[in-house]
Amino acid sequence: MPIIEVKNLCKSYSRREVLKNLNLSIDRGDHLYIVGENGTGKSTLIKLLLGLLSPDSGEILLSSVKKNQIGYLPQQTEIQSDFPASVREVVLSGTLGGKSVPFYTAKDRLLARDMMKKLHIEDIERRSFRELSGGQQQRVLLARALCATGGILLLDEPITGLDPVATAEFYHIMEQLHHEGVTIITVSHDVSCAVHYGNKILHLGHGEYFFGSSAEYAHSPLGQRMLAGGHCHD
Amino acid sequence: MINEIFEFLSYGFVLRALLVGVLISVCAALLGTNLVLKRFSSLGDGLSHVGFGASALGVSFGVAPLYIAIPAVLLAAFFLLRLNKNGKIKGDAAIALVSSSALAIGITAAKLSHGMNVDINNFMFGSIYTISGQDVVISVALCAVVLILFSLFYNKLFAVTFDESFSFATGIKVSRYNTLLACLTAVTVVIGMRMMGALLISSLLVFPSLSSGRIFRSYRGVILGALLVSVSAFLIGIALSFVFSTPPGAAVVIANLVFFLIFWAIGAIKSRLGRKR
Repeated sequence: MPIIEVKNLCKSYSRREVLKNLNLSIDRGDHLYIVGENGTGKSTLIKLLLGLLSPDSGEILLSSVKKNQIGYLPQQTEIQSDFPASVREVVLSGTLGGKSVPFYTAKDRLLARDMMKKLHIEDIERRSFRELSGGQQQRVLLARALCATGGILLLDEPITGLDPVATAEFYHIMEQLHHEGVTIITVSHDVSCAVHYGNKILHLGHGEYFFGSSAEYAHSPLGQRMLAGGHCHD
Repeated sequence: MINEIFEFLSYGFVLRALLVGVLISVCAALLGTNLVLKRFSSLGDGLSHVGFGASALGVSFGVAPLYIAIPAVLLAAFFLLRLNKNGKIKGDAAIALVSSSALAIGITAAKLSHGMNVDINNFMFGSIYTISGQDVVISVALCAVVLILFSLFYNKLFAVTFDESFSFATGIKVSRYNTLLACLTAVTVVIGMRMMGALLISSLLVFPSLSSGRIFRSYRGVILGALLVSVSAFLIGIALSFVFSTPPGAAVVIANLVFFLIFWAIGAIKSRLGRKR
C-alpha cells in the first residue's frame, strides 16, 4: 500500500489551472524527485501535500502518517540569515508540532540529540545558526525536519545556494537516509542528479506530466530532452 | 546625593512608577525581541499612535483613557496583522496609514472638546509620576498576563518567528500565535505609553533586543540579555532624569541608546577577533 497516493488532483488560482488531473503514488522507502520549470506547480504541490492548501478536486491519501508528520525542509528565508538561535534551539523546535504541552520533554531532547548525532552536528549544537556555513545550516534544518516526521521528508530545492562540496555532502546524506528506509520527496531543478539519486521522477510541465521510475524517465523523450548535456557530479 | 535618592525613593508615587516601569520594561523586551526578529518592529510605533489617538478621544469624552485605548489598540493590532498578511496594502504602508489617521482623529477630537490640555501632552511624552493606584493595579495585572502567556508559549513563539512555513507544516497554528504576539504588544504599548509617552514607547520594544542581539547568539541568550538591558536602562534613565531633572521617558531612551552603542562596539570587536583566529 502506497504511503502517499495522489488521485486526480486539480488546483487552480483565479482561473489559471496549475495542476490538472495529477496522479502519483509513493511507496515507503521511495526517493521521489519532483522536477520541472518554474510556474508548473511544484510549490503548489508541496503546499497541497503539507495540507497548507486544499485541492479543488481530487484527493491526497496518506497512510500511516498524518499531514503534520511530514518532515519539511523549506527554502531558507531572509529572516533566518541573521536570526540569533543556537543549533540546539532550532533542532528542538522540530518536536513541537501537534503538541499540547508548552515545554520540551526529556523524550523531545533525546530525539533532538539523536538527530543531531545522525547528521554530525552534535559538536556544533551551541553555535549560532546564522554563523554556520550553508551546508551546516542545511544539515541543521534537516535534523529539525527529522524530529518532526514519521518517516517522510519533503525537501524544497535543498541544494540552492550550496557550494559544490556542500552539495555533494548533502546528496551523500540523502543517500544514507534513503538506505535507512526514510521516504524522501525532493523538489529540484537538477534533472541529472534527480535521475542519479532518485528512484522515481515526477516531471511537471505545462500541460504534460511524467510520473514513473527514473530509468523510464531517462529513456522517455521528455527525459532525454531534459538530460541532454547535463551530468550529475559524484 | 545618596540621601537625595533615598528620599526620592520614599515617596509612594516614585515606588509606583518604578514598579510599573520595571514590569513594562520586562514585557517590552520579551515581545520586542520577537517583533524585531520578525521584521515587524514598526508595529509598536503604529500601535502607540493609535493608543494616543484613542486616549485623546477618551479624554475629550470624559472616559478613562485606558478603557478606550486598550480595546482600540487591540483592534488596530488585529487589523494590521490581517492587512500585513493578505492585503493589497503592505505592512509598513498600512502602519503609516493607521497611525497617522488615529493621531489626526484624536487631536481633532481633543481640540474640539477641551483644547490641548495637560493630559494630551502627557500621552505624547509620558508622565510616569502621575500613575494612580488604580493604574498600578491594572498595569500589574496586564503585565502578569503578558508574562504568563509569553512563558507558556515561549517555544512556539520561537518556532513561529524563526520559520513560519515549517511551523505551519508541523501543525502549529501560526496565525494564532501571530495574533497572540500582536495582542500582547498592544497591551504593553498602551500601558507603557502612560510612562514613556506615545512618541517614545516603541524604543522600549526595539532597543533592548537590538542591543542584546549584538552580543548574544542564541534566542534564549538574546531574550535574557534584552531583559537585563531593558530593566537596567530603565533604572539608570530614571536615576539620571532625577539627578539632572530632565523628562524621564527621554532619559530612558537615551540610556538605551548608550547601551546599544556599547553592545554594538563589543559585538564588532568580538567578530573581528573571531575572524582573526
